Amino acid sequence: MAFLEVKDLQVYFPIKGGILNRTVDHIKAVDGVSFEMEQGKTYGLVGESGSGKSTTGRAIIGLEDITSGQVLFNGKDITDKKTKNKAFRKDVQMIFQDPYSSLNPRKRVLDIVAEPLRNFEKLSKKEERKRVQELLDIVNVSPDSIFKYPHEFSGGQRQRIGVARAIALKPKLIIADEPVSALDVSVQAQVLNFLKEIQSELNLTYLFISHDLGIVKHMCDNISIMYKGRYVEQGSTEEIFENPQHIYTKRLIAAIPDINPKNREEQFHYRKKVLEEYTQSYDDYFDQDGLAFQLQSISDTHRVALPQKG
Amino acid sequence: MWKFIVRRLLITIPQIIILSVIVFILAQMMPGDALSGLIDPSIDPAAIEQQRERLGLNNPWYVQYADWVGGILHGDLGQSFRFKMPVTELIGQRMGNTILLSIVTLIFTYLIALPLGLISGRFNDTMLDQGITGYTYIGFATPLFIFALVMLWVFGYNLSWFPTSGSVAPGSESGTVAYWLSKVNHALLPGISMALIQVVSTVQYLRSEIIDTKQKDFILTARAKGAGEQRVYNKHIFRNSLLPIAAFFGWEITTLITGTVFVEKIFSYPGTGLLFLESITQRDFSVANSLVLIFGIAQILGALLSDIILSIVDPRIRIK
Amino acid sequence: MSNELLKIKNLSTSFRIGDEYYAAVDDVTLTLNKNEVLGIVGESGSGKSALAFSIMRLHTKAKIEGEILLNNQNIVKMSNSKLNKIRGDEMAMIFQDPLTALNPLMPIGRQIEENLFLHNKKLGQQGRKERTIELLNLVGIPRPERVYEQFPHELSGGMRQRVIIAIAIANDPELLIADEPTTALDVTIQAQILDLVRELKEKIHAGIILITHDLGVVAEMADRVAVMYAGQIVEIAPVEKLFANPLHPYTRSLLNSVPTEGQDRLHVIQGVVPTLKNLPRKGCRFAERIPWIDASHHEENPELHEVESGHFVRCTCYEHFYFPDNKEEQANGVS
Repeated sequence: MAFLEVKDLQVYFPIKGGILNRTVDHIKAVDGVSFEMEQGKTYGLVGESGSGKSTTGRAIIGLEDITSGQVLFNGKDITDKKTKNKAFRKDVQMIFQDPYSSLNPRKRVLDIVAEPLRNFEKLSKKEERKRVQELLDIVNVSPDSIFKYPHEFSGGQRQRIGVARAIALKPKLIIADEPVSALDVSVQAQVLNFLKEIQSELNLTYLFISHDLGIVKHMCDNISIMYKGRYVEQGSTEEIFENPQHIYTKRLIAAIPDINPKNREEQFHYRKKVLEEYTQSYDDYFDQDGLAFQLQSISDTHRVALPQKG
Repeated sequence: MWKFIVRRLLITIPQIIILSVIVFILAQMMPGDALSGLIDPSIDPAAIEQQRERLGLNNPWYVQYADWVGGILHGDLGQSFRFKMPVTELIGQRMGNTILLSIVTLIFTYLIALPLGLISGRFNDTMLDQGITGYTYIGFATPLFIFALVMLWVFGYNLSWFPTSGSVAPGSESGTVAYWLSKVNHALLPGISMALIQVVSTVQYLRSEIIDTKQKDFILTARAKGAGEQRVYNKHIFRNSLLPIAAFFGWEITTLITGTVFVEKIFSYPGTGLLFLESITQRDFSVANSLVLIFGIAQILGALLSDIILSIVDPRIRIK
Repeated sequence: MSNELLKIKNLSTSFRIGDEYYAAVDDVTLTLNKNEVLGIVGESGSGKSALAFSIMRLHTKAKIEGEILLNNQNIVKMSNSKLNKIRGDEMAMIFQDPLTALNPLMPIGRQIEENLFLHNKKLGQQGRKERTIELLNLVGIPRPERVYEQFPHELSGGMRQRVIIAIAIANDPELLIADEPTTALDVTIQAQILDLVRELKEKIHAGIILITHDLGVVAEMADRVAVMYAGQIVEIAPVEKLFANPLHPYTRSLLNSVPTEGQDRLHVIQGVVPTLKNLPRKGCRFAERIPWIDASHHEENPELHEVESGHFVRCTCYEHFYFPDNKEEQANGVS
């Protein structure tokens, strides 16, 4: 039994139109996504804007309505509204992209971090403050600052306060939606290191959503590439980077700027070649609507969206 | 854009229907009915009953409503029991005056609002801007009817620059140039009074639009092209800020309606506003109800006009 | 005549906070040659964007001191009308956010034509339109005749950024300043835009100042790189030298905080970037971020030292710098 299993997840947003403003069509933000996760690992979900990567994360935690499909957490279907179980809401937490807007500016750090505790655990004022101080200590924010407000912190500190809130209930799975893309390089490093540290300490599982392949490569054991609501490729980090199969994956990887100026010309030509290949073989890799095909296994862990043979 | 306009038009239909139902219910709740004002109270009750039957006053409410709506569509708003004439005719006579007053007011409103708003927005936080903003605060705080009284007293009675009542000099022959000049002359003082007070929201709106637009990134793009200050303001800032103001036009109609009621009363200007107040104080309910209906429809159409103007001037709505 | 296009001498750009002015760009001196791409790297608050805006004189409320000489004309002291003749003509700028940098209510064609109209009066209406279509073609926009009539909201982010580039290069500028031109774009679009800039560079022979926080982007694009920290240039070198042999502690720390092959932990720079008001104005500005380096290793008034030809480093602390989490290096001293 997988730790988290997503089966044929679909999230459609209605498009209103016509004179009577009725739903005339749907945007298929997530269009049949399936994957499994094991505990303690980090899963990268990569895609460009509009690929549906954030919607997938938000749908799993229940922030978006699921059109169809199942999300099984420890074997239990948590998409069923009636049995919405409390344990799941406690075990799965989210870290948001923007540390400047995801913390309520009118609340003190104590209240921000204690919020999930207040929802799920009945603690006395004293216990609660102690827990918050412990949590701030874990994320390397001075425990003395519990009465400060978010604006008194830097971007990196705020993001760590967001993490403190996310780990307050000792969750098992954290969905991190572009957790460092609003941060400067040096602050990114701090947050990424820290996410790795608490992962081993708390045996956390991450679903790491990002557009930045460099960071995903650094953080993840397993990577999925998403394009227009569908998975185009899925595999171990090594497989994706060393042996990319889908033309879109190749293009994404070729687009990463190379930090060694000596490879400049080489990289420039390589990118050109990949783009040519992309244009030429576009029809082989995408259907008439420009969507990816079903995933097919090419090894135990590596799956690629290829057209049905024959 | 057409889809948008058609959809917007469709929305106004239920709005007008609901409005008419409300006005109808109000009319039903008023004491008396169409007959009470027409007939001698000493007449035989049986004859009255016969008349009621003939006029359909005993029909169920929905039949009466349908008759009433049918009448309106044929231009029949009933009888004014005070003036003993059809309401349609009565309102028709007054409407011309109110429309003239409204046009005069609108012209002055924009003559005042555009320069003040543009100056205030462009030179924000200077003495000039503070002066203009100060004026808008005073305008917000001053009730129109008091301000209009002061204007009347100063410019009408003390300085005698403007006529103090009526809509045209007595004895003017209808249709002549002198007649029309006199009409405009009579509308000037009430129009200016109303414009001076009601303009303040437009000034503030325009000011904040300009200050907002000034800080947009595309203004930097324009500057980086080498566009001078004057060009940046004319081609980018003013143009972009005036669009929402154009859309604001429909809403001006709404404020005009409430404005004319007070101003016409103070200047004894025979328009629909004055008629409305009179018909209420004299319990001429068929007139009052008809005016409520007309004012209501004017407001709905004003809002509609705003949205249509916006959809025409803003390419983000136009191209869809 | 030398090959020098732009010479910036002792430039300081200060902003007012309360009653005092604080320099966001503090005594910056640098040159840009014709046909050269100079990358300026730094994090937020380093002053890199303030520097770009100063060159274009786009700040409305800043105090600018020093000299900015473009073809020997001092932009700092120039009259507004002279400045407007140069802006958009001799020098042009590509902005960061394509979604907000275009006027939403003006058709694309008119926005490009405005730049032609302002600097090339001889070109008639027809000439302007032809040139605009040509520019749209040049920046790789498909169906330019159609796009000419369209409004910004009808184009994707990548297409809009191409339009912004078309505006910038309309009058064949000699100096092109690109302020984070790809930060708001997706990676594949970023690659396309960077390739476009590279191709255009060959065609229009402009000197380019490329402002970015992305070390990968500079590595791919720049001929020379200046690293800025707290309003100052701390290191400037030809791109190969900078990446092969970074010297200043900040440059090294920055390079170490980017994920690269086979690295488990990323380097974290201690402390935070100081705010404009709290910039250390005396001594080495990076000193407080590397407290394990003995104070005696810093200069009192850190200067740029030419270590080898064309490679400058500020302060002497680089000679003694090591990463505290790297025990080996610590034991051996400087490698």
